[in-house]
Amino acid sequence: MYFDLNDEQRAIRDTAREFLAARFKSERIREIAASEDGTDEAGWREMSELGWPGLALPEQWGGQGLETVELAVLFEEMGYSLAPSPLFSNTAVGLALAAGGSDAQKESHLRPLAEGTRRGTTAFVEASSTGTPGAYGMEAKTDGDGVVLDGEKVLVPDAAGADFFLVATGDGRRHLVDAAAAGVTVTPEASIDQTRRLSSVRFENVQLGPEATLPGHGADWEPVFDVCCVALAAESTGVAQRTLEMAVEYAKDRQQFGRPIGSYQAVSHRCAQMLLETENSRSAVYGAAWAAGAEPQSLPRAAASAKAYASDAGWRVPDASIQVHGGIGFTWEHDLHFFLKRGRANAALYGDSRWHRERVAKAIFAGVAPPAAV
Amino acid sequence: MDLTLSPSEEEFRDEVRGWLLDNNPGAEPEGSLDEVMAFRSEWQRKLHGAGWAGISWPKEYGGRGATMIEQAIFVSEAAAQEAPSPANVLGLAMGGPVVIAHGTEEQKERYLEPILTAEEIWCQGFSEPESGSDLASLKTRAVKDGDEWVVTGQKVWTTFAQYAKWCMLVARTDPDAPKHQGLTYFLMDMEQDGVEAKPLVQITGEGEFNEVFINEARIPDENVVGGVGNGWGVAITTLMNERAGLAFGAIAQIQNSLGRLARLAQEVREEGGGSAADDAYFRQKIAQLSIEAETMRLNAYRGLTKTMQSGTPGPEGSLGKWQWADINQGLTELALEIEGAYAPLARGADHAVANGAWQYGFLRSRANSIEGGTTDILKNIIAERVLGLPRMR
Repeated sequence: MYFDLNDEQRAIRDTAREFLAARFKSERIREIAASEDGTDEAGWREMSELGWPGLALPEQWGGQGLETVELAVLFEEMGYSLAPSPLFSNTAVGLALAAGGSDAQKESHLRPLAEGTRRGTTAFVEASSTGTPGAYGMEAKTDGDGVVLDGEKVLVPDAAGADFFLVATGDGRRHLVDAAAAGVTVTPEASIDQTRRLSSVRFENVQLGPEATLPGHGADWEPVFDVCCVALAAESTGVAQRTLEMAVEYAKDRQQFGRPIGSYQAVSHRCAQMLLETENSRSAVYGAAWAAGAEPQSLPRAAASAKAYASDAGWRVPDASIQVHGGIGFTWEHDLHFFLKRGRANAALYGDSRWHRERVAKAIFAGVAPPAAV
Repeated sequence: MDLTLSPSEEEFRDEVRGWLLDNNPGAEPEGSLDEVMAFRSEWQRKLHGAGWAGISWPKEYGGRGATMIEQAIFVSEAAAQEAPSPANVLGLAMGGPVVIAHGTEEQKERYLEPILTAEEIWCQGFSEPESGSDLASLKTRAVKDGDEWVVTGQKVWTTFAQYAKWCMLVARTDPDAPKHQGLTYFLMDMEQDGVEAKPLVQITGEGEFNEVFINEARIPDENVVGGVGNGWGVAITTLMNERAGLAFGAIAQIQNSLGRLARLAQEVREEGGGSAADDAYFRQKIAQLSIEAETMRLNAYRGLTKTMQSGTPGPEGSLGKWQWADINQGLTELALEIEGAYAPLARGADHAVANGAWQYGFLRSRANSIEGGTTDILKNIIAERVLGLPRMR
């Protein structure tokens, strides 16, 4: 029994904290947020040099072969620094390729993705659908020995810098589509979170050869989905941690009625609540991250719990931090709004808290016990 | 990161589990508190006979010398199998550990064995009518008279005082010293003329706790624990022990309650023919409680890891106690919400749902955010000692 980071994991955290703090100062985040397409080529090159795109991908295909715990450590720091980066969407594609790609696809797509030389993103959610996980209803029409895709995907993250899309179809399959292929049109959408852009992508009679469709099917994607949930929940935990720290610092400094506002229980108890939610998020994330490697049968419920909890905490804690800050917290000039927006956008990706709570409810009523241990 | 048990810990768990399966006497009698206490004393003697009483105590003092993980395993298993509580809870969890940590050899010789056997029940005389959360302001006075102390004052919320032989009493021995420094920790004999315990009836209708009136009671000098003037420090260790030891048992109890709540939801019919378990609103709320219980369990593992590394429980333990109160109250509140119109019907009513068990739980759990440190005070502790915010005024 040892529920804490080991030395190697602490080293990953410290390196990430230091690099991200230097690379993504407030002015830089604001520049990227205000830019045309939200991309940051220089930042991506440096992350690639650190091996981050392939952190949890197989060594055989250019990755570092680390586990979900290390991935969670890194993503908590990504949230803490609010780094605008396609690392999450790229990782999601890499995990899917590793789980359900052919060797040829791993050579052509996974290796360069893990090395950071080609970027992929997920085009899953069908336009005009409920938007919930699994609402991927595009048809893959058979055409010779390949397929034709015709339709529109929405809520596609980081489409601007992507070299290829991993497109989900209603039959449970995944297809690799080059961003430059004929018939592919990317339309940026306005999102509250300008540090992770969302786009809609039209696929108009896009013809794909047999080499484009992954051999993997339905069940292969479930652990990938759960690990992505854990990574996003970790990112939201980092968002909560950072905004908690901002609130505590402010409550120590800011004086009203002749003393620091943090000496008033109305403020200090709000901060204690923020700590509770942040620590609960972190515990849920690391419990699920550990399960992904050591106890995969309990991953689905653990990932659902982590994503549900951190989805709520990821925006409520920044929201409470804004309240502690008062008027200044509501200004564009202060950084807090970026954190609130990222937290709220994260809550909606990969199933919101309500959707994941329903997963937990299904497990409860199916008589599934929570993970064992003690 | 590793959330599994080592082979020797698994062996320990299997041993505990097997012994409990063979020896757990099951549900407590539904009669008077006297009958319940007799039942618990019998159970504690059985535990002691098999070496399961005071498992955290060192072997030389009659305990098992169990590691922190083994203690966690034991309380989890006992709670999971719904084994009764031993009679001398406060003696085992607080009195014994304090005597072991701060007592003289003579005190250890005199007091420890009868705690383990439940021959002598212990109670805790800390809170007073005017000193609740602000414990250090307590006014009960102890005045030196030869080789004795003469004590006068009043204590309150004293659990099982009516059964206790010994009271862990904190009294003011130096009225001129700053409030935290003038206190001394005594072991007071409850069986004397100057001590009178009067049960207080709780909102559940039961009387577990008491007012204790102390009028010129006598305590010999050799019953001071930890030295005159050191009462605050000794008392704080007691409270830390209380909090750290109980977390895993509380977690297992919550798991049991969640199971019962899910069964309740499946049994209670709703308008339109389905059960409460089909209702999205209730499903969401049950899932949220289950998720929070899971985060509490994982937080406790993190706390255990930290305590094993550093040796002492940190102020983070306050988060767990706070969360436990919230979840326990939330569970019983949701149960009554599921029962809907039947929510008022209590134990003994013909049409009570689940024999009124949740009505009792709802009322009893109101104390959870008060007993052992109010949630409000815990938030102060977290704000000041974990977050480093300025002291509240």
